[in-house]
Amino acid sequence: MTVWPDTREGTLDVGGFETVDMTINVGPQHPSTHGVFRMVLTVDGERVVDAEPYIGYLHRGLEKLTENSDYRQSMGWWDRTDYLAGMCCEGAYCMAVEKLAGIEVPDRAEYIRVIMMELSRINSHFMFFGAFGADLGSFGTSFVYGWRERERIYDLFEEVAGDRMFPTYFRPGGLTMDLPDNFEHRCRWVLSSVRQGLEDFDGLLTGNEIFVERCRDLSPVTQEQAINWGLTGPMIRATGLKWDIRRAEPYSIYPHLKFEIPVGRQGDVFDRFMVRMAEAYQSSRIIEQCLDEMPRSGLVLNPDLPTTLRVPAGECYLRTEGTKGEYSVHAISDGSNKAYRMKLRSPAFCNLSALREMVIGTYVADAIIILGSLDIVLGEVDK
Amino acid sequence: MDFADPFFGISWLDALIRLVIVVGVMTLVVMYLIYGERKLLGRFQQRKGPSYTGPAGLFQSFADAIKLVGKEDLRPRNADRWVFEFAPFAAFIPVFVILVTLPFAQDWGVRNLGLGLFFVFAVLGLNIVGILMAGLGSGNKYALLGGVRAAAQMISYEIPLVISLLAVAMVAGTLNLNEIVLLQENRPFVLIQPLAFVIFFTAMLSELHRAPFDIPVAESEISGGYFIEYSGIRWSMFQLTEYAALWAFSIFGAVVFLGGWAFPFGLEWGWGWQLFLTIFKSFFLIFLVMWMRATVPRLRIDQLMNFCWKVLIEVSFLLIIVNGFFLYYGWSETILGLVNWAGAIVFIGLVYSRGIRRSRAREYVGTYRNPEAATP
Repeated sequence: MTVWPDTREGTLDVGGFETVDMTINVGPQHPSTHGVFRMVLTVDGERVVDAEPYIGYLHRGLEKLTENSDYRQSMGWWDRTDYLAGMCCEGAYCMAVEKLAGIEVPDRAEYIRVIMMELSRINSHFMFFGAFGADLGSFGTSFVYGWRERERIYDLFEEVAGDRMFPTYFRPGGLTMDLPDNFEHRCRWVLSSVRQGLEDFDGLLTGNEIFVERCRDLSPVTQEQAINWGLTGPMIRATGLKWDIRRAEPYSIYPHLKFEIPVGRQGDVFDRFMVRMAEAYQSSRIIEQCLDEMPRSGLVLNPDLPTTLRVPAGECYLRTEGTKGEYSVHAISDGSNKAYRMKLRSPAFCNLSALREMVIGTYVADAIIILGSLDIVLGEVDK
Repeated sequence: MDFADPFFGISWLDALIRLVIVVGVMTLVVMYLIYGERKLLGRFQQRKGPSYTGPAGLFQSFADAIKLVGKEDLRPRNADRWVFEFAPFAAFIPVFVILVTLPFAQDWGVRNLGLGLFFVFAVLGLNIVGILMAGLGSGNKYALLGGVRAAAQMISYEIPLVISLLAVAMVAGTLNLNEIVLLQENRPFVLIQPLAFVIFFTAMLSELHRAPFDIPVAESEISGGYFIEYSGIRWSMFQLTEYAALWAFSIFGAVVFLGGWAFPFGLEWGWGWQLFLTIFKSFFLIFLVMWMRATVPRLRIDQLMNFCWKVLIEVSFLLIIVNGFFLYYGWSETILGLVNWAGAIVFIGLVYSRGIRRSRAREYVGTYRNPEAATP
């Protein structure tokens, strides 16, 4: 299968017959577009000859809202970008503000942040496994498997921050509050349950020949293509390139932690799935290390911060490894208590822009699972 | 009831009464099949399933039925009116007509047709007309795709289905379903025709649009397929058809392969035991179908067609040839059974090992713990 077919396959225009391509509108209300994404597929029978994505149904003006609110008030907007992993997003935002203002973060707060961000990553990846299995037609079973661990992680978030999806737990300079009692024990229990969940997915999906038959060699992406299209995160690691911002441009306490960067070989749909599986496992390793090495007591919020945070004029670009890829923030301050500009480089948007190239030439059923394998979150795509 | 002794001596009245009884029982059973499927899927998915309406949710299907009847019967503006409105009936009637010839117990059935097996084949093929009508008449592209997929799939899988049943008919030497059951008094035909049973079960999954062959109704791709535009009572007729077909096929499979009402002590222990045997065997097959649905992902349409035309049809023809040799030379049934068992094991082994060789799935299992070898 080539990504760009030179000639149209399977047309019947030899014996006086002529086929007409049909356009199918998939979304914005469709079970497998993962939110309000819409794409118009042009199909020749079952084969996709063209695909045109339409986005913007979930645009909420995140960047403009951030310009109009105080630095601490804007926190809540950023949870809602990648809403499957709210902690990662607010972590990126807070780190950008801290970098701009030169704020120190207490050591304990850094460890807790990493724990929360990695839990969010597991959370997001489990959503991917579940939704991807549902895209493939494993009637809801994989979805429920995914939700089981997600519920446990969300329960933990609720205990820690008081909210499940949009915790708003971080602050520029640290965290809102310290961990509850017995957190370590609860967290280790959740980790064991996460590992059990990974085993279950391994048995349900990876061990299934139909699953592998559907996903192997589907829309393979080379490293050059991946770099040219601006793919990041698991998408680019599936092609075999070891590119992880946590290692390439370390932030927070990641340099002190031991973890591997899982890579695939061919960048096909199956590799993307396996890379995410391995990443979720590595995240559980990171959390265990953090729990072991974390300072047992201490402040979690920098006590020297003023009531109104005024950031000196300047500019910074902060890259983090979000759950979907490189989640970067370009912050510009003019010295007031509001950001002059907060630009989000959302990984799902950049990954999604390669959809057309990947989908052309495949079957309709494949187009759905290729879209699923991109693991988009529309809150992040549309900002 | 006895086939030979009609009610009041009037044969059409007798047929009518039997039909009303069977259709009534069928509707009731279908409602509880839906409940049972939801409950079973719930268990497979670590949840409870329906549990609020009535004790353990037993009245859930009735509540759903009342809701569905009360809903507005919508028709899209660009639908072909008569085709759209009659499609549910065209899909619904053939499935219920199959019941005419199915024996539930000795002499319990609507009609004991001499060509029962043949009748079932003939009527089964009509089901597709209703589905195509729904697909083409809805004026919806998803429905069109679903209808065409269903037509392609059902017509293809009809061939191995019929041939696998013919293999059994060759061994039995009759097409009368009651006689086929009687012949299985000591051993069910699945013991001497296991390969035919494997082919029958695979083709049955495909005919019923069940996972992993639920391509025409794939929710995640074409969100329901041919019945996407239907609502209310017409939609529920499609649903009724689906489950009625599931039950009819399962009874049919139980009758032809698993010994129907006769196999263990059917003749000695009376009609209650016979009825229990039929119901139990058919529900066992239904359980297998639901188990598959909860576990496996969906195949792609070309993989499905490849499997049918390149594997199933060849194997079923081979089966017919082998059976023909045995019958022509009059070799013993034990050897026929052994050869068929060997064939079934080789067939399943080949399909399974091809899956493993092509996908090497077993090597991938557990590799996520060793990230460097994510794809060996």
